[in-house]
Amino acid sequence: MTFDINKIRSDFPILQRKIYDKPLIYLDNAATTQKPQIVIDRITDYYTYENANIHRGVHYLSQIDTTAFENAREYIARFINAPKKEEVIFTKGTTESINLVAASFGRKILNKDDEVLVTAMEHHSNLVPWQMLCYEKEARLKVIPYSDKGEINLSTYQMMLGDKTKIVALPHISNTLGSINPVKEMIRMAHEKNIPVLIDGAQALSHLKVDIADLDCDFYCCSGHKAYGPMGVGILYGKTEHLNFMDPYQTGGEMVEHVTLYETSFNEIPFKFEAGTPNVEAVLGMEAALHYVEETGLDEITAHEKNLLVYGTKKLQQIKGVQIYGKAAEKAGILSFLIDDIHSFDAGTIIDKFGIAIRTGHHCAQPVMNKFGIPGTVRASFAMYNTREEIDKLVEAILQVKKMFG
Amino acid sequence: MSMEEIQEQIITEFSYFDDWLDRYNHLIEMGKSVPLINEKYKTKNYLIGGCQSRVWLHAAMKDGVIIFSADSDAVITKGIVNLLIRVFSGQTPDTIIDADISFIDEIGLKEHLSPTRSNGLMSMIKQMKLYALAFKTKSANQ
Ligand SMILES: Cc1ncc(COP(=O)(O)O)c(C=O)c1O
Repeated sequence: MTFDINKIRSDFPILQRKIYDKPLIYLDNAATTQKPQIVIDRITDYYTYENANIHRGVHYLSQIDTTAFENAREYIARFINAPKKEEVIFTKGTTESINLVAASFGRKILNKDDEVLVTAMEHHSNLVPWQMLCYEKEARLKVIPYSDKGEINLSTYQMMLGDKTKIVALPHISNTLGSINPVKEMIRMAHEKNIPVLIDGAQALSHLKVDIADLDCDFYCCSGHKAYGPMGVGILYGKTEHLNFMDPYQTGGEMVEHVTLYETSFNEIPFKFEAGTPNVEAVLGMEAALHYVEETGLDEITAHEKNLLVYGTKKLQQIKGVQIYGKAAEKAGILSFLIDDIHSFDAGTIIDKFGIAIRTGHHCAQPVMNKFGIPGTVRASFAMYNTREEIDKLVEAILQVKKMFG
Repeated sequence: MSMEEIQEQIITEFSYFDDWLDRYNHLIEMGKSVPLINEKYKTKNYLIGGCQSRVWLHAAMKDGVIIFSADSDAVITKGIVNLLIRVFSGQTPDTIIDADISFIDEIGLKEHLSPTRSNGLMSMIKQMKLYALAFKTKSANQ
């Protein structure tokens, strides 16, 4: 299979758009990715031909819908190589997945003076839920440091894993620094001490191969919208033993087995964690998105984005005064930088005028900004449809910024 | 000068520029002018929330009018703050409370008014009006 960038670009209708009369250059993929026509069609088809509530009716539409929904679960489980499909729970995104684990698992296992380990490069989504939990339980949040390059020191990490450590929460890929963390090794180290590990995979899905069975993580969290799928859907993967041990996160319809006015017994996993009517359109859209990724070739996508990273890094380094944040040896297509001492907001405002969508600010990772003593960065993040020519345009925009603020 | 006259003046000033580049260059020039706020007010207490860049705003009542001073760590934001100060500073609380700020639209900076825009132009205007309201209430109670 060949990786045909022109075909890919034509599959994403938004890329035909003009912004301020210039072709859209979308480099804010770490915030959310664009959607291929196939995903948009899937959602339209769903409402045009299939809409019904699932798991509840004997009527025809409800039946085919339930089948489609459960087939999507099966396909998505296979996509991330989850050992069992019922270990895949649909949530509204990474944030909800993490909150679910903190509330239903963390709250059950954590006691006073216990420890939760996170890294200093966390997105707020994988930091604040643990902070709150530790506060509630009078437990301690311990923070795994990283080098100026953005690399976690494994021996420091190993030393931090102690008798009191009850859970470790790590980002697969840092959304600011781009570091691909050695999560497999980190999970292994934690498991040696019987400590469960949650991986925040928001930035990994559809950018590199996520292989749950190989990672052997206890929990894996990700969002559909960052993987070419719709918003409002995400995955929580959890090992069966944990999911069975955990209490429900929300209660209501769908997740119960037997209800009297005074007592309720809960349904099995995954339904125990899917209270209420799920976001069916988004689940089906996410399935379509991952199909598209599989057909395009995930390895090819990874290689293409790596190529863009290498090219972009080289180009940016050639501009005097550009400082790149995040120089890990293992890095995904995320480039955070500053231009001279120009505020990221100023740079972003001008770059936007070139029709280029980039992100500015702290990227929901204020501790990372604090470490480097900066209020924010400019961030370009790549997806399968980006090109070197787009990076060249970004370089032009940066030169304009330098001219205006220099 | 009345507030309407100042707004007219700004609109005329910006009408000489017909593309975004020149408009922003002008804004940047305005932003580069000396910080207008006393350093001692550049603290958390004077920081306006909701901005991607930091904005400090101070207000004082003098002879029946409000004198604003402000600063920001981003130059474009500073340019916008300076515009607002030109319009609002030296006006009475009532004028500020009732102020119509459609001039922003007319000088081609409307995009900064959208509530999702993280530079917080909206927050700045709101904060200035809040100051005006506070001073008005205070003087009514005296
Ligand atoms: C590393 C990381 N974790 C978590 C999240 C939160 O994802 P969502 O907003 O889809 O819940 C993000 C999104 O920016 C992220 O980059």
